[in-house]
Parts: sequence; C-alpha cells; structure tokens
Amino acid sequence: MYSLKKGMAMELYIALLIIFPFLAAIVQAFVKNNTVRKISVYISSAAIITATIIFAVLNFGKEQSFIPTDFMLGGFDIIGTVNYGMLIVEFILMGIITYLSFKYKKYYAALLSIVQTCFVAWLELSGNAHAVNEYLFCDNLTLILCLMIAVVGGLICVYAVGYLKDYHHHHGAEVKDRRSFFCAMLFVFLGAMFGIVFSANLIWMYFFWEITSVVSFLLIGYTKTKEAVDNSFRALWMNLLGGVGFAIAIGYAALKLHIFNLADLVASKDPVIVIPLICLALAALTKSAQLPFSRWLMGAMVAPTPSSALLHSATMVKAGIYLLIRIAPAMTGNLVGLTVALIGGFTFFVASIRAIIHTDGKKVLAYSTISNLGLIVACCGVGIDETIWAAIFLMMFHCVSKSLLFQTVGSVEHTTGSRNIEDMHGLIKRYPALAIAMTIGIAGMYLAPFGMLISKWSALQAFVDAGNIILVLLLAFGSATTLFYWTKWISKLLAYARPTIRRKDTTSLDQWISIGGHTVMMVALCLVFPFLSNSLVNPIVNSLYGIDNFKPVLSDENLFILVLMIIILALVIVAGFVITRLVKTKQTSVYMSGIDTGDERHYVGAFDEERTMYHANWYLSDMIGTDRLMNVATAIAAAGLIIGAVLTIGGVL
Amino acid sequence: MLVYRIISAVIYLILGGIVAGLLAGIDRKLSARLQGRRGPSVLQPFYDVAKLFSKETLALNHGQFVIAFSFLLLIVFTGVLFFAGVDILLVFLALSTAAMFLVFAATSSNSAMSTMGAQREMMQMLAYEPMVLITAVGFYMSTQIMNGGEGSFKIIDIATGDLPSIVYLPGIFLGFLFILTIKFRKSPFDISTSHHAHQELVKGVTTDLSGRNLGMIEIAHWYENTFLLGVVALFFLSNDWWSIPLAVGAAALVYFIETIIDNVSARVKWELMVKLAWGVTIVCGGLNLLVLEYIF
Amino acid sequence: MAKITKSPWLLHYDGSSCNGCDIEVLACLTPVYDVERFGIINTGNPKHADIFLVTGGINEKNKAVVKQLYDQMPEPKVVVAVGICACNGGVFKDAYNIIGGVDKAIPVDVYVPGCAARPEAIIDGVVKALGVLDEKQKAFKEAKKKKGV
Repeated sequence: MYSLKKGMAMELYIALLIIFPFLAAIVQAFVKNNTVRKISVYISSAAIITATIIFAVLNFGKEQSFIPTDFMLGGFDIIGTVNYGMLIVEFILMGIITYLSFKYKKYYAALLSIVQTCFVAWLELSGNAHAVNEYLFCDNLTLILCLMIAVVGGLICVYAVGYLKDYHHHHGAEVKDRRSFFCAMLFVFLGAMFGIVFSANLIWMYFFWEITSVVSFLLIGYTKTKEAVDNSFRALWMNLLGGVGFAIAIGYAALKLHIFNLADLVASKDPVIVIPLICLALAALTKSAQLPFSRWLMGAMVAPTPSSALLHSATMVKAGIYLLIRIAPAMTGNLVGLTVALIGGFTFFVASIRAIIHTDGKKVLAYSTISNLGLIVACCGVGIDETIWAAIFLMMFHCVSKSLLFQTVGSVEHTTGSRNIEDMHGLIKRYPALAIAMTIGIAGMYLAPFGMLISKWSALQAFVDAGNIILVLLLAFGSATTLFYWTKWISKLLAYARPTIRRKDTTSLDQWISIGGHTVMMVALCLVFPFLSNSLVNPIVNSLYGIDNFKPVLSDENLFILVLMIIILALVIVAGFVITRLVKTKQTSVYMSGIDTGDERHYVGAFDEERTMYHANWYLSDMIGTDRLMNVATAIAAAGLIIGAVLTIGGVL
Repeated sequence: MLVYRIISAVIYLILGGIVAGLLAGIDRKLSARLQGRRGPSVLQPFYDVAKLFSKETLALNHGQFVIAFSFLLLIVFTGVLFFAGVDILLVFLALSTAAMFLVFAATSSNSAMSTMGAQREMMQMLAYEPMVLITAVGFYMSTQIMNGGEGSFKIIDIATGDLPSIVYLPGIFLGFLFILTIKFRKSPFDISTSHHAHQELVKGVTTDLSGRNLGMIEIAHWYENTFLLGVVALFFLSNDWWSIPLAVGAAALVYFIETIIDNVSARVKWELMVKLAWGVTIVCGGLNLLVLEYIF
Repeated sequence: MAKITKSPWLLHYDGSSCNGCDIEVLACLTPVYDVERFGIINTGNPKHADIFLVTGGINEKNKAVVKQLYDQMPEPKVVVAVGICACNGGVFKDAYNIIGGVDKAIPVDVYVPGCAARPEAIIDGVVKALGVLDEKQKAFKEAKKKKGV
C-alpha cells in the first residue's frame, strides 16, 4: 500500500508534466489576441521549465525506477481509460492524415497511416498488448531529455512569440496568419516529447512518437505553399514508414516474445530480439533523418524558424537518438549494431560534405544536424559504454548549440532580410550581439575546447577501442569537412568590414530572452562538463550496462587542460581587446594593388571607372555541388540498410 | 617522470622558436646553395623578425592584433602540451583550433588577397586534417600492440614503448610526411602563403598583416615547425637511449627532404592537393590501420 | 637593436617602364647577383616592404596607385627610382600622358639612372638606400621615444 502511494505521487507528477503542455496547447489554440498569447506562452513556458527543473532536482541521481500502474482509483480503471483514450486519438490522427492525403492527392501517406494504426489498434483490442503493469518510468537519461525538452523547448516557445510577429510582418499577405495554430502545435509537441521519454511501454511510446510525426508534418506545411506541402508529405511518409517499423516491432515483441516494455526487450537474451530491434532502429533512423531518409529534414527547413529549431534540430530528431541509446546495450556487437553504426558514420561524412556547398544558413544548419545526428547514431550503433557516454554528451551539446544557431539565423534573417551566409559578412560590426551569440553557437559545434569537440574526441577514441576502423576513417574525414564549413562561416561573421547599410536591430525582447538563455547555457555546459559527466552521465552508462565503475575515456588530466584552454582563450581575447584600446595603432586600408578607392569595397577599373569588389567564400560547387553525390549516397545507404535488415532477419529465422 | 615532462616542455618554450628559426635560416641557405647562390646568413630569419617588431605596425582593425596574438599563444600552448607528453589527440585538436585563428586573422580584413589566402588555407586544413587524426589513432594502436591490449594516446607512453612506433606505422609515417609539406607551407603545396616572391596572391593569408602582427605570426610558424618535427621524432622514440639520437636525426633528415622537395617542385592547384592528400591518407593511413587491426 | 638594414624587403612597382629595367631588377635575384645574400626579399606587398623600388615614369593613371602603395608601407621606408624614366621621365618625358619621374608622386630617396639600369647599379642604389633607411630608422625610434615620454 505504501509503495503504491509513493509511486502514485511520482506518477501524478509525471502525468502532469505530460498533460500540462497539451492543456497549454488547447489554450493557445483559442487565443487570438497577440498580447494574451504572449502572456500565456510566457506563463506556460515558465511553468514547464520550473516544473521540470523541480522534478529533475527531486529525482536527481536516483536509480532507474519503474512505476507500477495497475491500480484503480475508487473503482475507476485509470489505465484502461487512458489506453482507450489514446486509441481514439490515434484514430483521429489517422483521420487527419487520411483527409489531408486525399485533399492533396498523396494517397501513400494515408495508406501507411491506416495500416499501422489498424494494426496497433488490433493488437490492443485483441488483448495481446495488455499483460503489462508498468507504463511509466524515469531514470537519469529521462531526466536529461526532460531538461533538454523543457528548457530548450520552453525558450523556443518564447522566441516563437517574437519571431512570428516579425514573420507575419515580413510575409504579409502571402502567408495566412495561423499563429494560434503554430503555438498550439509547439506545446502539443512538448507534451508528446515528454510522453516519449517517460513511457516504459512500447505502445505508449509509439503513440507519442506518432504525435510528433504529425506535428512535424503540420508545422512544415504551415505556409501551405506548394513547396511546403510537398516537403511536409515527404517528411510524413518517411516518418510514417518509421512508424510502421515501430508497429511491427511492437507486434513481434508482443506476439512472439510476450514483451511489452522497452527495457524488457533490451534485457531479453532471446536471439530473435534482433528482429524488433532492427524495426525499432528503422524507426529511429527515419526520425533522426539518417540516410537514406535525410531528405525530409532538408525539406523541413521551409517551416518557420522556431519549428526548425525545436523539432528539426534540437529535440524531435533526438527522439530517434533517445530510442537508439535505450536499445544500444542490445545492439552491441551484433549485425543490427553494425548496420546502424555504419549508416550513422556514413551519414556523418556525406552530410558534412554536403554542408559545404550551401550558402543558405538554414540549409547548412540542417546538413550539419543530419551529420551530427549521424555521429551520435554511429556511437549508439557501436553500443559500448564509452560510445554511449559520448552519444549522450553529443546529444546535449548539439541540442543547445543548434537551437541557439537556428534562432540567431532566424533573427539575423529578420533584421537584415537575408539568411545567406555571404550576407553575414561583417556581422560583428553591424550587429555585434547577434554575431557573438552566433559565434559562440558555432564554436560550441566544433572548436576545442568546447563541448561538441570533446565528445567527438571521445567518440573517436571509443571507435578505436571498439576496433571499427571504417568508422574511424569516416570520422577523420568527416571532421575535416566539418571544420571547413564552420570555419568559413565564422570567418564571415568576424570580418571587420566597414558596414555599408546600418539597419536597426529588430530582434525583439522575446527573441533575446531565448538567445541569451541559450548562450549562457552553452557556456555553462562547457564549464560544468566534468561535473555533468561524474554526477549525471556516468550513472546512466552504469545503469544501462549494469556495471558500477564506468570511467569515461577522457582522463582528469585532459579535462583539466581543456578548462585551462578555455581560461587562456578567454583571457587572451579580453586582454587583447584591452591592449588594442590602449595602444594606438595606425589604421590603414586593405592592400588592393594600389587601386582601392578608399572604402575597401570598390576599385578603379581599367577604364578609370569605379567597380565593386566582391569576395565570397568557397563552396566547391563545381566539385561536389551536383545532386548525384546525394543520390548515390542515398542509394548506398538504402542498400546497406536493406542488406543489414535481410541478413539480421535471415540470421535468426 | 613528471619532472622530465615539465623540463621538456620548458625547454620547448625557450628553445622551440630558436631551433625552428635556425632551421628556417638553414633552409634558406640550403635552398640558395641548391640554386647555385650564396644565400643569406643563417641568422637571417631572426633579423627579419627583429626588424618586423621594430617597424611601425599598420593595422586594419583592432581584431588583427588579438587574433594574431591568440594564434601565437595557441600554437605555443599546443607545442608545450606536446612536449609535456599529454594526450596526442588533445594536442592535435588544439593545433586545429590554433590554425583557425590564422584564417580569422586573414578574413578579418575584408581584403581580397587575404580572403583568398584564407580560403586556400582552409582547403589545406581540409586536406591534412584526416591524416592528422589518423596519425593519432595509429600511435594509439601501436601502443596497444606493444602493451598487449591496453592502448594509450598519451605522448609519454607512445615515446617510451619497447620499439619505435615507426615499426608498426610505416604507412602512417609516409602519409604524415606528405601532409607535413602542406603544414610547412612548402612547394608544391605552398598554396595559401609562400616565402617565394611573385605569387598570384601576394602573400596570401598574411598579406594585410604588418610589423608586430606579422612578426607574431612568423614566430608562431617557428614554434609550429618545431612541434611538427617533434611529431616526426615521436615516430622514432622508444625506451632505449639510442632512439633519441635516431629521432633527432630522423627529424633533421625529414626537414632536409622537405627543403629539397620545396626546391624541385612547382606549385600545384588546390584541387590536386586535396585529391592527392586524401588519396595518400586513405591508401597509406587507412591500410596501415587496417593491417594493425586485423593482422597484429 | 634590430638593424633594419639587415633585412630590407622590397616592393617592386612597374610604372610605365618599357620592361627593360624590370628585367634587370629580376636579374638581381638570379645566382649571378644574388641580392638575397643581403637578406633582400622581393615581397610584392607594400605592407611588408621597407624599400619601394619603382621603374618607369609616372603617368596620370598610376600616380594615385604609386601614392597609395607608398602610404600602405609602414615607417621607416625609402623609395628608389630605378632607371632614367623613373628619375625624370626619360625618353617618354614629353609624351602626352607622362607627368615625369617618381618624385612627381612621392618623395624619392635614391635615384639610379641608366637605360636600362644595370644590375650592379641597382644593387648600388639599394645599398645606398639602406644607409638612408638606417637614418630613418633612428629618426623613427627617436620620434617614438618622444611620443612615449
């Protein structure tokens, strides 16, 4: 009786965390007044962030705990009712997809949706899926994901308020103002993400998984242009394909193995679990936009920036990673793991090459997202304790810095009218604050001593330990290309060009709250890195692998040197600026063969006329700019995935 | 052991620049002799840098000084870490961060020549970076074999193995020599900047730096070169005393070979450089790693 | 004390020369004359250069160019006019577009006449310029010190 009560308190809290965003979404759906919307979004976001932080502090460091849920409340079967409720919602989602598919004549999406929904419904109604008494659970990994979702998600919702105002101001009549819908969807999404990470039961997880797919679909189609609709359906069918994989995994686990819980599946010693595992991996690969399913994420960039930041970079695509981390212990050393690892590594390399050719900031960010997710996926696929440690850190750092970058690109676009990287030339002179935030975000993505690079480094070390030379090579080459596209971006930002047009920085306070919050988080994460590793991430690895002495590959000496490096860099930059202010240096103009007209932007041509000088970064478009590269890579990845799946399934049948 | 590590780091800090400065002087003398000229004094590089510091510094912006200074400091920091025998991956990562600052020093100026030089510098980084990482992995795997299982990225462990690492890493050594030409900015890969006159990009990345700022970059290059020769020497170090003269001799020989290559080859286009460097990396580095993994 | 004369870096600019003097300037770098033994480097970049070596006369179009290049050289610096055209316009003196020698655009420190100026003469001129450079360096240091006080 006692344990029931204790369990209940925690369960109610979790239920509240999941349900509250949905309630907030309903409120948003009916708010039409801008001021009311602003206030309600602030309150809801603050509530979600506060509640999650309190929850995390209360449950910090606790062992993995399953919450028994087979209780009745005053004779009322809560779980049974919730299950039926979910089923109804699933059919509603199916209805929405079917309706929109027929409306836009994309029938395949409807087909995929109907198949999986009916299959799962049959599973539930036939009583095959109810021999379970644990629905929710919580451990340190859940807590990390929750914090990511709540803090990053909450801030992005705040950002969205300011952004959408600008957005509709800029787009005027061409895009219908559906701000209520947009904000509502963001909150629905937050609730669904909480649902995914708290669910122990596969069917519940699947339910929330489908919601995120549909939300993503609806947000990509926000503007309702032809391009947006096409892209949204591409995202939909790929994610639904993953959903089908998920459904098959559930069905196989339930019918053949009588397993209904993710944790039980991973712990099972039965060799045939590789079949549900490869199906779940398929779901995760589609969600995380790995090759051959990367194209949906590129298409998703037509959506307004907050949704790109929240769904298509910071959190939703991490759902796939989350699932992979959960099943990683079962993938160690088998064919599923190998397939996933190689696809991840390959995606990392190919996407980082592709990122070089784009001038559009959002596209570069999208490819970089795919690329980094590939690295994390590769870590999960290798599936040893060291790589999981790296995967979790990569996930955290990527979440914060990518969200920061998307938001700064969005704000720069609204301020300068362009998100082209070439147009960001000299941003440090024109909009110093935005440029610094963006620089910190990029530095966080790839420079030593910042987080991403540390994690990448330990990933490399772990790959060597795992003896996977192919991954080592992919990582080595992919790192070089990553270095290239980020360096040229930063170098544009830091050009001290004399500004030509000075416009007012129109970034609103809402946007600054979020960007500032992210910047602070980014720096803080780098500084508390050793602490996070010891108190939060090491226990996760221990509990996932059932060991108690996990040591990360990075020694204390290295961490000390890294902290030293951060301090040195900071000191140098501060001292440097002080010195240059004190010491007067004579200013001169750039060397331009003596024909500069004086403003560094024009020169005297052969006929004595003034000509404009323009210099751009290299995009190597004649070398790698063709679509063939991507098509070939997609084909290779698809072939690899099919061969891996066939061999896996054939191996155990 | 810690004492030796600190001593070697301090020696590097004091002598690192001087040694490479002298080497640069010898390089110029040697090049001159190869071309049938008398050539400048061996101390010429020191005269040059001393002059740069005594001259007026013309800057385009405040950023230039900060960036050039950061570049110098990070390079020295990298070398000190290397000679203190810490994790070699950490050293290489610090090196690539430092290299970034050279690019920023050039692009901060809004000048066509510098910007073009910076783009080429980035192409150089793209070309050599994979081999650098693979070199670190190769060292790790050689210690794995020597210690019978437990590998180490620590330079101190690599330098005190039972055998010189080159025994296990001939392919990686060749690959590293190849990218060393890029890192030394020697012909045929002196694409971003060059010590030779009359190139199409003036002085590439350093075009718009002058006086003190240029002097700092020059000193940084010295420290970088000593560090790179240190990596070459690392291939030959083991726990036997004779490995030390062997390593020093090898480093000197490599430098000599680089000088000769510089004199007998013409600059290539950057496309060819990237293709060659990546090809050599895959063939020499990749094969070597595969052999280590599956045969030993 | 850093002696600027031990490391004089050159910037060579061809005004409107017939290329005769330019060939001779380049000849100085060849093994026969080998000016690099004095530490001389042909930088081709005003920001690195100490000595501005101009061949050919000044015309309407290159006047501004020469001036800009000169301005972009850091102090201390000297100018050497190589060849008779650079000294006073030479045979082109009366041409409609020629203004005259280099000194019509910037202050010249050493004149090296000749058509074309022989490599020996050019080297002599540069060595003479080094003397001027030395003086200028001293003056520059004095000025710096005064400023400091």
